[in-house]
Amino acid sequence: MTSTVTERAGSAATPGSGSRRLTERVFRIRESGIIAVFLVFVGVTTAIHPEFLNQQNLQFLLVNTVVYALLALGETMVVISRNVDLSIGSVLGLSAYVSAGLFKPHPGIPIPVVFLVGLGIGLACGMANGLMVALGRVPSLVVTLATLYIIRGIDILIVGGNEVTAQTLPNSFANIPRANVLGVPYLAIAVAVVIGAGAYYLRSFRSGRELYAIGSNPEAARLAGIPTGRRIFTAFTVSGAIAGVAGVLWAAQYQTVDSTAGTGYELTVISAVVVGGVAIFGGSGSAVGAAVGALLLSSITSALNVLGISQLWLEAISGFLLLLAITLDRIISLRLQAALRRRSAGVGT
Amino acid sequence: MERDLTARLSAAARASLRWEAGLGLLVIAIIIFGAVTSPQFLTSVNFFNTGVSSGEIAIMALPMTLIIISGEIDLSVASILGMSSALLGYLWARHWPMLAIFVMVALLGIVAGLINGLLVTRVGLPSLAVTIGTLALYRGVALILLGPNTISNFPAGYTNIGINPLPGTQIPYNVAIFVVLAVIFGIVLHFTATGRSIYAMGASPEAALFAGIRVKRVKTMLYVISGLVCALAGVLWTFRLATAVQNNGLGLELDVVAIVLLGGVSIFGGKGTLAGVVLAVIAFAALQNALLLTNFNQEATGIVIGALLLVSVFAPNAAALLHGLPRWARGRPRRAAPSP
Amino acid sequence: MRRTVRRALWAPVVLLSASALVAACSSSGGSSSASGSSSSGSSSSGALKKGLKVYVIPKNLGNPYFTLADSVKTGGALAALGTLGETGTETSGTAATPASQIPAIQAAITKGANALIVSATDPSALCPTLKSAMAKGITVVTYDSDAPSCRDIFINQASSQAIGESEVDLLAKEIHDSGEIGIVSAAASATNQNTWIGYMKQELKKYPKMKLVSTVYGNDDPTTATQVTQGLLQHYPNLKGIISPTTVGILAAAQVLDTSKYKGKVALTGLGTPVAMKKYVEDGTVQSFELWNPANLGYLAAYAAVNFASKKITGASGQTLSAGKLGSFTIGADHTILLGPPLVFTKSNINNYNSWGF
Repeated sequence: MTSTVTERAGSAATPGSGSRRLTERVFRIRESGIIAVFLVFVGVTTAIHPEFLNQQNLQFLLVNTVVYALLALGETMVVISRNVDLSIGSVLGLSAYVSAGLFKPHPGIPIPVVFLVGLGIGLACGMANGLMVALGRVPSLVVTLATLYIIRGIDILIVGGNEVTAQTLPNSFANIPRANVLGVPYLAIAVAVVIGAGAYYLRSFRSGRELYAIGSNPEAARLAGIPTGRRIFTAFTVSGAIAGVAGVLWAAQYQTVDSTAGTGYELTVISAVVVGGVAIFGGSGSAVGAAVGALLLSSITSALNVLGISQLWLEAISGFLLLLAITLDRIISLRLQAALRRRSAGVGT
Repeated sequence: MERDLTARLSAAARASLRWEAGLGLLVIAIIIFGAVTSPQFLTSVNFFNTGVSSGEIAIMALPMTLIIISGEIDLSVASILGMSSALLGYLWARHWPMLAIFVMVALLGIVAGLINGLLVTRVGLPSLAVTIGTLALYRGVALILLGPNTISNFPAGYTNIGINPLPGTQIPYNVAIFVVLAVIFGIVLHFTATGRSIYAMGASPEAALFAGIRVKRVKTMLYVISGLVCALAGVLWTFRLATAVQNNGLGLELDVVAIVLLGGVSIFGGKGTLAGVVLAVIAFAALQNALLLTNFNQEATGIVIGALLLVSVFAPNAAALLHGLPRWARGRPRRAAPSP
Repeated sequence: MRRTVRRALWAPVVLLSASALVAACSSSGGSSSASGSSSSGSSSSGALKKGLKVYVIPKNLGNPYFTLADSVKTGGALAALGTLGETGTETSGTAATPASQIPAIQAAITKGANALIVSATDPSALCPTLKSAMAKGITVVTYDSDAPSCRDIFINQASSQAIGESEVDLLAKEIHDSGEIGIVSAAASATNQNTWIGYMKQELKKYPKMKLVSTVYGNDDPTTATQVTQGLLQHYPNLKGIISPTTVGILAAAQVLDTSKYKGKVALTGLGTPVAMKKYVEDGTVQSFELWNPANLGYLAAYAAVNFASKKITGASGQTLSAGKLGSFTIGADHTILLGPPLVFTKSNINNYNSWGF
């Protein structure tokens, strides 16, 4: 039993692998399901209002989604392991202000250094979260709720009544979201690559797969020899680091940063992740699905605005969609459980 | 199996007792801090102000306590408050009689809670995800109802609850309502079979089911009650601020959860007491008030709340933490597993 | 055994609540100790009182606009209070909501404030609290955002009519009096914005070839403001101009225009702070926009509050208020003092305002 969990993907036909291939197939179905929904949605909207899919709007959409998709990647890793990270919005805000704020006192500062500063801030916050959750064995909901308050409080203290203003940022920094190739922003491509790498890691590396095991059954994972504490620590650290980098990108995108940057992002990201097929109790879901979930939520906002539908309906529609997504997931997982039960009944031991 | 359940519950009760004692000391410490740093802290006017500002959050914390003890969560509480405030304004602007409006708002709260409850118990969805969805859905309904409008022409008889206390005392109306509800909820939770079953289903859902407890029915009831209580909070909020606008109560849900957690209620369910939450409400409100009176930098209040929250989870675990540290650092499980 | 343990738990709670109730019910006769009106009817032509406790309560702390209006460094409200020899303190909540602002107002009253200078988060929600302050003899001055009929004096930064009309006029000049225009506002329920938009619509009647096609709401959140601006541009491909009477909105709209194919094709104007908008003016995305001087607004509010508290003015129409370095002001109708006409910022003068930042 333990060997199936710790081997790389595609191992020999051991008793459990039939079920594993089934779950893989369901993964892919859920992933392709959300992609299908996304494509249908875009198709319908474009049919009604062709401007939706023109190059300009596509650029708008992709750049808007970049920050959310990145955050969704980090959150996915945490949620898969049956945890949650509520502090990402505060980390983003702190990172955005501190890193972009470097340009004014140090006008010649190289941009990679600014990114490193943002990464560092995120890393520190993520490690703090990870230590408390893994070492202290305390519920991540409570810990990250607390760090949400604390980090936002630190941000407000540091920012005071100031803001980072656009004219302190060098053009090379401000152009990061704008640079594109054939109309597709470089940033979107870079983030897609990162998400692809993340998805590959989760699916094909032992430590990645162990996150799924921890999320499915923490006790069993521990008994099976998985260093759960270390894995959870890593998941939170990565989530924090990603939020830090996302903060720098946020600053490049909006160019004016005050103490409210990133407020409320955590619930949006969790919604995106859940809509994208990641189970809130852990154990299943993919980074690609989560990124598509973020893209879908962005597109819905964009579509409603482009179609001229009253903004007043946006909130209600988002909430309704989230409920729909988790209901669908529930139905799928019930079917899957039934199928697995039928299979293992036939396999024995 | 029943004995295990009983054993687990009495261990939980003992742990809670330790926690309340700590909380009680914290409240006393805060009161002393407030009294020492500001001569106005212990005045009746200040008590009134503090009560008025935190009354609705306190009221919403009561059903949240029961829900979290039962093993679930409800993040839609602030949106139900906002939605009922919006309905109140919407109907008042259309000249409905106030009594009829109260009935409609109560119905709305019940329906909202019912939706939450059914999705969690009958469809089997995780409550965290469901209530994040209904948080957006209900806030959206509030937006649709009121749009950009603000209704503020409520009769003074109602809006005076924000400035006038109960006649003959200095207690604000919403604090009085809180006290009454706290007693009711406390009796139900600690002295009835239903209350014991709530603990049971939080501690061990399967055992509770086998022990004959109707888990689904009780949980659905809890959500319905939460919806009704939050609708009441919405009415109080609207009258106190003399304003119905779509963003009433925006963002309060995390504060309510923070208070309940501070009160010693475990997020995993099965543990915690109502007395603890009452103490946490007092601590939260008193601390914010004391900080306001001392010219403390208001921007740092969040840090204090967050720190308190961390203490609330780490203190009980402190002993276990020190004990378990060496094992974790080595990365080995409790029982040695055979090498692959 | 468990039952007795549980019953014992109630004892401390009961004790605590009982003591609280005792404290509450013991009628200490009423309000806070030092409500500080040491005024016993000094005549109106005396010197200004010194040592007054004045609390400046903006919509929220950590807001760059209010930092400009209130701080000592920019010559705002606290600077004026210092010059006059009063004790000035800035306080508020961090969320710009009534629920966040009211406790700060109440605490100020409890601490013995003689005067409150408030920018109201909501025109009616603060009224019960402000009215009870006024009943205690505390001077209540609102600035930037009014709570009508619940204050002694309101300092208006610029007449709503002047703002509405000048915004439209500025845009009309840029788009040559013709074309479709849109408005990117703040929250749908924001009173100031809605008032200004009302005057804008009236002024638009003077320009028959200009048409307001849509008003979208950015909720003073950069992400939302960005998305609604993008939607506006995509939904109305012939849009010629945008007005955004909110500092967050105009920044987001400028950013959207600056990074898209609409730069130079769609004109943008509105209310913005010069330091934040500098880049967009210099690179041509925005030709002109306007505001008032927030520091002067706070400064004037402070002088009004101290003069009222010293009983030198009663707020009646026609009275004169002498406001230090700003000169003399005449009080208008409804106890309102107007700061002056809006300031227009363009490329030629934007560098004069570099000190409006940190």
